[in-house]
Amino acid sequence: MSATTTDAVISYDEVLERYDPVMGLEVHVELGTLTKMFCGCATEFGAEPNSQVCPVCLGLPGALPVVNEKAVESAIRIGLALNCEIAQWCRFARKNYFYPDMPKNFQTSQYDEPIAFEGFLEVDLDDGTTYRVEIERAHMEEDTGKSLHVGGSTGRIHGATHSLVDYNRAGIPLIEIVTKPLRGAGERAPEIARAYVAALRDLLKALDVSDVKMEQGSMRCDVNLSLMPKGTDALGTRSETKNVNSLRSVERAVRYEMCRHGAILDGGGRVVQETRHWHEDTGVTTSGREKSDADDYRYFPEPDLVPVAPTRETVEALRGTLPEPPAQRRKRLQSDWGFADLEMRDVINAGLLELIGETVEAGATPAGARKWWSGEIARRANAAAVDVSTYAAEHAITPAQVVELESLVTSGRLNDSMARQVLEGVLDGEGTPTTVADARGLQLVQDDSALEAAVDEVIAANADVAQKVRDGKVQAAGALIGQVMKAMKGQADAGKARELILAKLTP
Amino acid sequence: MTTDLTRASAADLADLLSRGETSSVEVTTALLDRTEAVDGDVHAYLHVDRDGALASARDVDERRGRGEDLHRLAGIPIAVKDVMATKGLPTTCGSKILEGWIPPYDATVVSRLKHAGMPILGKTNMDEFAMGSSTEHSAYGPTRNPWDLDRIPGGSGGGSSAVVASFQAPLAIGTDTGGSIRQPAAVTGTVGTKPTYGGVSRYGLVALASSLDQAGPCTRTVLDAALLHEVIGGHDPMDSTSIDAPVPAVVEAARRADVSGMRIGIVRELTGEGFQPGVRARFDESVQHLVDAGAEVVEVSCPSFTAALAAYYLILPSEASSNLAKFDAMRFGLRVLPEGVDDPSAEQVMAATRDAGFGDEVKRRIILGTYALSSGYYDAYYGSAQKVRRLIADDFTRAFETADVLVSPTAPTTAFRFGDKLDDPMAMYLNDIATIPANLAGVPGMSVPSGLADEDGLPAGFQILAPAAKDERLYAVGAALEQRLLSSWGGPLLDRAPELSTAGTTTKGA
Ligand SMILES: [Zn+2]
Repeated sequence: MSATTTDAVISYDEVLERYDPVMGLEVHVELGTLTKMFCGCATEFGAEPNSQVCPVCLGLPGALPVVNEKAVESAIRIGLALNCEIAQWCRFARKNYFYPDMPKNFQTSQYDEPIAFEGFLEVDLDDGTTYRVEIERAHMEEDTGKSLHVGGSTGRIHGATHSLVDYNRAGIPLIEIVTKPLRGAGERAPEIARAYVAALRDLLKALDVSDVKMEQGSMRCDVNLSLMPKGTDALGTRSETKNVNSLRSVERAVRYEMCRHGAILDGGGRVVQETRHWHEDTGVTTSGREKSDADDYRYFPEPDLVPVAPTRETVEALRGTLPEPPAQRRKRLQSDWGFADLEMRDVINAGLLELIGETVEAGATPAGARKWWSGEIARRANAAAVDVSTYAAEHAITPAQVVELESLVTSGRLNDSMARQVLEGVLDGEGTPTTVADARGLQLVQDDSALEAAVDEVIAANADVAQKVRDGKVQAAGALIGQVMKAMKGQADAGKARELILAKLTP
Repeated sequence: MTTDLTRASAADLADLLSRGETSSVEVTTALLDRTEAVDGDVHAYLHVDRDGALASARDVDERRGRGEDLHRLAGIPIAVKDVMATKGLPTTCGSKILEGWIPPYDATVVSRLKHAGMPILGKTNMDEFAMGSSTEHSAYGPTRNPWDLDRIPGGSGGGSSAVVASFQAPLAIGTDTGGSIRQPAAVTGTVGTKPTYGGVSRYGLVALASSLDQAGPCTRTVLDAALLHEVIGGHDPMDSTSIDAPVPAVVEAARRADVSGMRIGIVRELTGEGFQPGVRARFDESVQHLVDAGAEVVEVSCPSFTAALAAYYLILPSEASSNLAKFDAMRFGLRVLPEGVDDPSAEQVMAATRDAGFGDEVKRRIILGTYALSSGYYDAYYGSAQKVRRLIADDFTRAFETADVLVSPTAPTTAFRFGDKLDDPMAMYLNDIATIPANLAGVPGMSVPSGLADEDGLPAGFQILAPAAKDERLYAVGAALEQRLLSSWGGPLLDRAPELSTAGTTTKGA
């Protein structure tokens, strides 16, 4: 069942005419540590329910937490990569509320003493400009379990006869990264939201602290949004849209909430401060739990844990482990590869940066790597509606094979159109490029006499075109080359054909 | 052999066992038989594990027979307060909400006892979730003081003190959040130590107030307490607040019993009004004994102690309100369905279970703590209490500049009668006025018997407090005092306790 909504919306243009959006993004990232935040249980995704639990993460009476030092290291590295200050001394706090999938009925989190604070992230936008997103804080906490509602048709609690809880996820380390309210983004707010989450995902991937798979929930985004009537600086009431779990949805959710808020404010209504649920299928949000200032988590310092107090030496040592920032790396690669701005942007937008990088590293030319990945492979991935790296993994096409394909061309065995056929064979699962070329009998004709004969025939048969070339219209040779290639059934080197034609027709 | 195995100290039993003059099975059987005879009246145990204790006693005897190198206390049985998780043994914390819960794991203290080869006799009674000073708040009925079955055995660990005082076990594990080891020791004429916070692992101790709780020994002699302290103490990587340092040399200090040149500080704020005359008289006598043993007496003032009770009753309920949230019927323990609700939600089941499963005192403190932590009140209550806590720690620091240990009566009065303070929480709370400061500051404390109060003939306790991580000083002072008192009494104080009826009935003794 997809959610229906009766919420009115106004058009995006109307929103922008009358309001400025104010946006805050909260991103939860599951760290890729081998063990949980406060116990030694494994964190493998998709394991048998309740197979990765112990007295600590089940919240059994008497059990006590112990901080996972690796998780703290990851948190500090994330903080540093986000240009944050790292707390010299900070504590965990208990966030108290009752919920069946939360074993202790409090979440061990951080409250007013986050491990990292006051940072920023430079975000590249589609038009090539950058936008600085100010980071308020990044703090450590533990994930909850997962409820499974059984008996209803929707998998939701409504209509279910009973619920099961899987505590495998309970206690998995999370980092929550909170932006400052982003103002003045105007019509670009949805794009900035998406670009920020994408940039954050790339950064976390580069840090190797999380697998950042939004579809598996290892990276989740909450969108806080409110509107300010233009010309005022009175902050509006915000809504908090939970678990927006793809880049595209982040953009759509921001846009939808802007249009929904706009309709309420236009009608003289008041926006309710509440949690909203995002529906991927219908592209709308629906009302969740109403929030109020009376929501009181009764935070207090976690007495079962000692403070986290990383020494300055530790922090500096961790700073030394940071990878090159993605934005800086992209600039370096662009100049190394000699790509034009537009080419580079296309590569990034198509999600090809890593694949091209690996392919160049494996021995291909940057131009060749870009040509093959962004050509047929990207086209097929697009048709299958998956990203290129997923498509590549599913169809066994690797950077090494692209290198092999290119070398078949540069060695003179294949021409471009033959190489394209070979690639199709590889993508169809026929084997490596060489195997495909062999199996399909693709091989440029090396015997020059056959080519020469074909050239002579074509010149004789197209006397008028040949004359144009003789008169100095060299570009007319293209038509002759095409005829020659046709006569040779494509099994000839077009460059060589051109050479021969020009030798015969020009002084 | 003429030794009464039930009355022997752990140290003496250890000698008998190592000389082969008795066996662990013999000792364990004698104690279990004693329990069968007297515990119907005393009700120190919530659960007795005869089979388990005898099996582990047999095991130790066999290993001894094979000439294995055993721990000094191997084969010596022990009782464990029902707040410690024991794998395969019920653990209720004196609450209905945990009725029937069998933990799948052992508390670190318990696994250390097992590792030492000490048979676990059973689980002792306590005020529900350790909230109380009388065991009257146990959901399973109170424990009776072996000195007078109409009186309280102290609390919350009344079961552990009574089990030792009634010769059902030479040793017991207690826990002390505001005096729950020391006050029961005082009113039953036994010895109890609250080690330095972090000195004994809290892993598996069902938390009342995490920043205050500490497990420790309940025994009849100071040396026994030291021997047990050594078994259970020391660093545990499963408890982040555990101190990563060797256990202080408590056994050596208890054996040397040397206080010569030691400065004994009498805390002015803990000896004034509100203390029963007989308790006060025994205290003064004890101080004189220490002076006779070569100690020097100084008077110290700890002005912030007067605010300790108030701070304690904000910090404890705050932490407890959160610690007790996990008792929600979802994963373990009691589950109660709300009446008249056809299709109850998880939240409704939680509420119904907590309503039925928790007693009044527990609810009182959960409500107090929930209130104290609420936004808008946090700074005024929890925040201020934490400030007081720091001031109390500062008072201790200053006092320990002029004194090596501090002393006071352990509790203001001897054991009161059941029901006397049940309807007056404030009067009940005042019992812990002298013991609470140590928990707030994390310093170690001990109660040793100082004699019987003249007006009622009931035991009084002498409290010793030492700086953090200097637990050995408690044992030096406690042992020196014990030595002199024993010779002045001509034998253990507990020899003067009335004989319990051994009819094995549940009728009250005379
Ligand atoms: Zn676990």
